Amino acid sequence: MTKFIFKRLLEAIPTLLVLITVSFFLMRFAPGNPFSSERSLPPKVKANIEAKYGLDKPVIEQYFNYLKHLVQGDLGPSFKYKDYSVNELVAQALPVSAKIGATAFVLAVFFGVSLGTLAALKQNTWLDYFLMSGAMVGVVIPSFVLAPVLVLIFSIGLKWLPAGGWNGGAVQFMVLPVIGMMMHYISSIARIMRGSMIEVMGSNFIRTARAKGLSMSYIVIHHALRPAILPVVSYLGPAFVGIITGSVVIETIFGLPGIGQLFVNGALNRDYSMVLGLTILVGALTITFNAIVDILYAVIDPKIRY
Amino acid sequence: MKLLDVKDLEVQFATPEGSVVAVNKLNFSLDKGQTLGIVGESGSGKSQTAFALMGLLAKNGTISGSAKFEGQEVLNLPEKQLNNIRAEQIAMIFQDPMTSLNPYMKVGTQLMEVLIKHKGMSKQDAFNHSVRMLDAVKMPEAHKRMAMYPHEFSGGMRQRVMIAMALLCQPKLLIADEPTTALDVTVQAQIMSLLNELKDDFGTSIIMITHDLGVVAGICDSVLVMYAGRTMEYGSVRDIFYRPTHPYTQGLLKAIPRLDTEGEILPTIPGNPPNLLRLPVGCPFQQRCEFVTEQCQQSAPALAEFEAGRQRACFNPPAAIATVSGSEA
Repeated sequence: MTKFIFKRLLEAIPTLLVLITVSFFLMRFAPGNPFSSERSLPPKVKANIEAKYGLDKPVIEQYFNYLKHLVQGDLGPSFKYKDYSVNELVAQALPVSAKIGATAFVLAVFFGVSLGTLAALKQNTWLDYFLMSGAMVGVVIPSFVLAPVLVLIFSIGLKWLPAGGWNGGAVQFMVLPVIGMMMHYISSIARIMRGSMIEVMGSNFIRTARAKGLSMSYIVIHHALRPAILPVVSYLGPAFVGIITGSVVIETIFGLPGIGQLFVNGALNRDYSMVLGLTILVGALTITFNAIVDILYAVIDPKIRY
Repeated sequence: MKLLDVKDLEVQFATPEGSVVAVNKLNFSLDKGQTLGIVGESGSGKSQTAFALMGLLAKNGTISGSAKFEGQEVLNLPEKQLNNIRAEQIAMIFQDPMTSLNPYMKVGTQLMEVLIKHKGMSKQDAFNHSVRMLDAVKMPEAHKRMAMYPHEFSGGMRQRVMIAMALLCQPKLLIADEPTTALDVTVQAQIMSLLNELKDDFGTSIIMITHDLGVVAGICDSVLVMYAGRTMEYGSVRDIFYRPTHPYTQGLLKAIPRLDTEGEILPTIPGNPPNLLRLPVGCPFQQRCEFVTEQCQQSAPALAEFEAGRQRACFNPPAAIATVSGSEA
């Protein structure tokens, strides 16, 4: 297992390098630069600014300079927020996104697995139909529709919850963003879980467990859950990426000071180092998470050994 | 009192194309320490009979009739009462040992949970008892095997685990549903002789469900021959083997390859079992029977005792033939 983790870490390096290279050159070759949107500067000032950020050097040299700093953990200065480094900005924003994302993710897995299991055990009853039609609705409604509707009902209509803002991550400020973010994933996970649970419950070893006189709840928890959850685990990789990308929409709607907002502003302002830094961060997180999923697989399924 | 007394057992399945009677008015009984063989082709209802007794039918199945185990009705019991009978009084081993064990759970855990649930044993006691039971089914290195997963076992070894698991609580009745079908021939023989030994050691009665008449001859006291959910012939193993009087039983016995008939074509029963959704009027075996009469096509023959201890459902029984040479039984 240690060998496997080490191997995955080694594999991550070339993947990240490709990601960095492609993003770096794509951005440099796109027309315009971080300062082109501002009013036209006198050539002298412009040259000064470009010299300060190293933009006057050949692109290749800029690339290797960037890599050199990156190896030391430095993502460079932000081109837009002039007195801040990307590291500082990310360090401020990441906890916000992580808190919302992790809460949404954990709740989505918990409720998705529970509701999917419930629907499977009550297959073809009103409860199953109710849960699955709810899940269908949850899958097809995008978060940028759901979130404003939630605000309309719970903030503007009932006045129960704030319509936006962060306020240091107080619970009432997190409720709506988390719901808006997780509904799609609860629904998807519930649907996957229901299907796989029905399949597992029909398998021969569950019949054996019943013939052993074990109670239904014991059989579901001890015999069926492990195999039934495997397809959900495979889905966690894409779900994780989806939650990160989804945070862009949710954070913009609720005005949250997270990674998503940095991403949007960075892209709009052509803040080279910001966009690049965030791309690397999300890439590294995705790679890490997929490795965790692979390890989870081995933990759940004894036939998989690395 | 009989250990098991089954009366008019009927199993029906509701399917989109209509209701299917998988088991049709089955009557049989079993004394303590006895072994009953239930024989028939695929789809004859023998496994469904076992599932009905264990309460393991698919959701669309319904049961009628009665099955008294030591005087207590076991059909259509609520799950909670069933769970007190399962494994403790009646245990079952299944056809396919490759899929009947949970691949995600250590073999030891799968054994121990039976004892913890039914006997209230501590983990340590359950472990020791399980190891002893694995020893009893001749599992080499039983102690070490407890921590292994089913995929680390061969088919024969898995079936030994299944047998050990079934016998943990020393049930009075063991239902073995084609326990050797999925195994290769040498392993089949080992498993059968193991079952034969354990039957005597533990005093367990067995219902042996099989389509292998060799298995029946080796272990059973009485035999029930099923076809399309009905009993064709029911009697002692000796009578059925040496003087079969039902055309279907005769056909089955003739179809066993023999060493002393070299160069001849192996006789088979022509055709296939009927579709249970579209059973013919009359005897279900009529289309494949060489002794068929007009009466067979008009009504189904009732099962009737024609000799002491022997029952048969046939209008035109052929003379008993000698199908098995010698008389060593």
